[in-house]
Amino acid sequence: MNKIKSFEELKALQAAERAKIAVRDGQAPGSANLARHHVMICAGTGCSSSNSMLVKEALIKQLAEAGLDKEIDVVQTGCFGFCSLGPIMVVYPEGTFYHHVKVEDVAEIVETHLKGGQLVERLLYDIPGQNKKAPDMSHIPFFQKQKRVALRNCGTIDPENIGEAIAHDAYQGLGKALTEMTPAEVIAEVEKSGIRGRGGAGFPTGKKWKFAAGYQSAEKYVVVNADEGDPGAFMDRSVLEGDPHSILEAMAIGGYAIGATHGFIYVRAEYPIAVHRLEVAIAQAREVGLLGENIMGTGFNFDIDIRLGAGAFVCGEETALLTSVEGKRGEPRPRPPFPAEKGLWGVPTFVNNVETLANIPVIFTKGGEAFASIGTAGSKGTKVFAMAGKVNNIGLVEVPMGTTLREMIYDIGGGIPDGKAFKAAQTGGPSGGCLPASALDTEIDFDTLVAAGSMMGSGGLIVLDETTCMVDIAKFYLEFTQDESCGKCPPCRIGTKRMLEILDKITRGEGTMEDIDNLETLASTISSSALCALGQTAPNPILATLKFFREEYEAHIIDKKCPAGVCKSLLQYQIDPEKCKGCTACARNCPVGAISGTVREPHTIDTSKCIKCGSCIEKCRFGAISRG
Amino acid sequence: MACTCGGHNEALFAQLDNVIEQHKDQRGSLISVLHKAQGIFGYLPEEVQAYIAEKMDIPLSEIYGVVTFYALFTMNKKGKYTFNVCLGTACYVKGSGKLLEKLQEELGIGVGETTEDGMFSIECCRCVGACGLAPVITINDKVHGHLVPEDIPALIAEIKAAEQI
Repeated sequence: MNKIKSFEELKALQAAERAKIAVRDGQAPGSANLARHHVMICAGTGCSSSNSMLVKEALIKQLAEAGLDKEIDVVQTGCFGFCSLGPIMVVYPEGTFYHHVKVEDVAEIVETHLKGGQLVERLLYDIPGQNKKAPDMSHIPFFQKQKRVALRNCGTIDPENIGEAIAHDAYQGLGKALTEMTPAEVIAEVEKSGIRGRGGAGFPTGKKWKFAAGYQSAEKYVVVNADEGDPGAFMDRSVLEGDPHSILEAMAIGGYAIGATHGFIYVRAEYPIAVHRLEVAIAQAREVGLLGENIMGTGFNFDIDIRLGAGAFVCGEETALLTSVEGKRGEPRPRPPFPAEKGLWGVPTFVNNVETLANIPVIFTKGGEAFASIGTAGSKGTKVFAMAGKVNNIGLVEVPMGTTLREMIYDIGGGIPDGKAFKAAQTGGPSGGCLPASALDTEIDFDTLVAAGSMMGSGGLIVLDETTCMVDIAKFYLEFTQDESCGKCPPCRIGTKRMLEILDKITRGEGTMEDIDNLETLASTISSSALCALGQTAPNPILATLKFFREEYEAHIIDKKCPAGVCKSLLQYQIDPEKCKGCTACARNCPVGAISGTVREPHTIDTSKCIKCGSCIEKCRFGAISRG
Repeated sequence: MACTCGGHNEALFAQLDNVIEQHKDQRGSLISVLHKAQGIFGYLPEEVQAYIAEKMDIPLSEIYGVVTFYALFTMNKKGKYTFNVCLGTACYVKGSGKLLEKLQEELGIGVGETTEDGMFSIECCRCVGACGLAPVITINDKVHGHLVPEDIPALIAEIKAAEQI
């Protein structure tokens, strides 16, 4: 590919590249020497973990053996979002959606579908409750209620091929900004879109850019926060793996807006595929002149470097992140001064999250107003949620702001597995809270989540069912924040430790009602006095569970019982003498000899010896043993 | 300060020299250098840190501060096979805590420890992002999903068979 010297050249290139992949729009190939089928195989982390790359290799090999390699292209893509169905394969022009594809299935796909023109029925998705197979994605409920803006190219292009990205509008927004708009107009367009930061706090992105633009400095930086640390949130990784050029383009637009010529992407080292795709994308963008000097002949220079994180959750906080980019211990700094004034190496900087930036090019190709037409009054656009936990359809879900939890969990997520009851949805990770069943019909946006006692955070959505203990979940998050506290400020370092100790005491059955008061006092002290957001929001999981599930705390403290049967110290194992047949299976399998009794007589458990390992329950064929 | 490379292969230090040379004009490159150094040596013992300190002209105390701050840097030699149990929320609610218990019981070591024969280590991590496969354990970066505690002995046995121990 030659260097692109003007916006016109980019537009011409886009048309040419689009024609090459017309098959994916359901059209006939643009010319006789182009492939008649494109087989897309997900190469995201989820599908790769279930061996999608072995499927890809097998397919390439078998197509070559069948002499079909010219007629059929095999394309690795980013994430389709439906991770629990992986590995996923989509065949164009039909758009056939195959799931759980194994290496053993490849021969049949080649023979039946690619040669014979018939679908491989058994690999199609069963539409729940309809006794029907879905021929393509548009028939799958998981995809029907979604609106893909940030994830628009994930699953549709090869992320390691800049031509395909260009075919799908990459760098058009940058071209428009550089050739038709002043930096002030660029910022005004972002403000008009109403977009707010997707990384947690929901700060208006346009405002952030405006502040950074307002400070005079010869040196400024654009920094991307790709240190996606919330356990269970992986939308940023998906964007980086599936559409890295959208981030590079958005960074360049931001650089033009504030007067920066250099950007850094701070990405988790735990995301090797994302790092690799970014490296490839940066190299390709430089090669065609979409990064570097005199971009599209406009005289604008911009280049990007990658910096790897090294496993510290606090580095998701913007000032800690900047300290880490500088190569130091990632400890947060007091704000003000905000990074817009004194950021990386003390110069004006803005830090944006990956998902936020993935939306930016669309604001320029479609217009700020079009973007603002999606969503609610205070929260514009879409939001990607990583839905996981006790829900049937696990994966990434992008919906307009204002979608209800019920639509997400039941319509898209397919409900709770094994007929269990919904208990709560945890949003916002360790900084967030949980919403009970009464909040299922709340329209989800930045503000309603805060009003309901949780927060958007980066968009983790963990579904919890009746077998989850809410005190244990609060303890789980406190263990996390306590472990990840950087130790710089005492409220976070010591306060989270004290809260964790109290929670531990409660789950061991040694809590008192005074402990709840102490938790509440500690929570308000920590949230008002900790240095950064990690500490300030650390008490949220406790406050939210106390607000909605106080009775569970009380059951642990007063009744010495864990209603969900999770907290080991509070469990008592009992044998029902009516049901016990005296088969001795439990006694033979008890590792500590706590069960006694004679053959064909009901057995008993010595609770002082019992270590509550549960192996007796597993071995009992008569359902005679219970815990509670 | 004298080089105390001792038992370490000089070739490894030559590789480290190359890394430091590549990064010498880059501002704030210490973390990148440490990542690569750990890639070369497998861990970051004091002698490696001291070597970097001298070559990059950064106080050893500062390097030690950085190494001990970040979870991915280790000063202990890891086993040939590292079991990394994901304790992210999605895995946790699906029982990864029980996998960890079983793994510790089977290998007879705790988190962050290595078996005496230098074969196995146990680590925990926060979300590898394979939530669709929860609960997961990675063994040297290969993801094993949908596990139950009863699967653990087989995973270990498979490695032992391959290593003939």
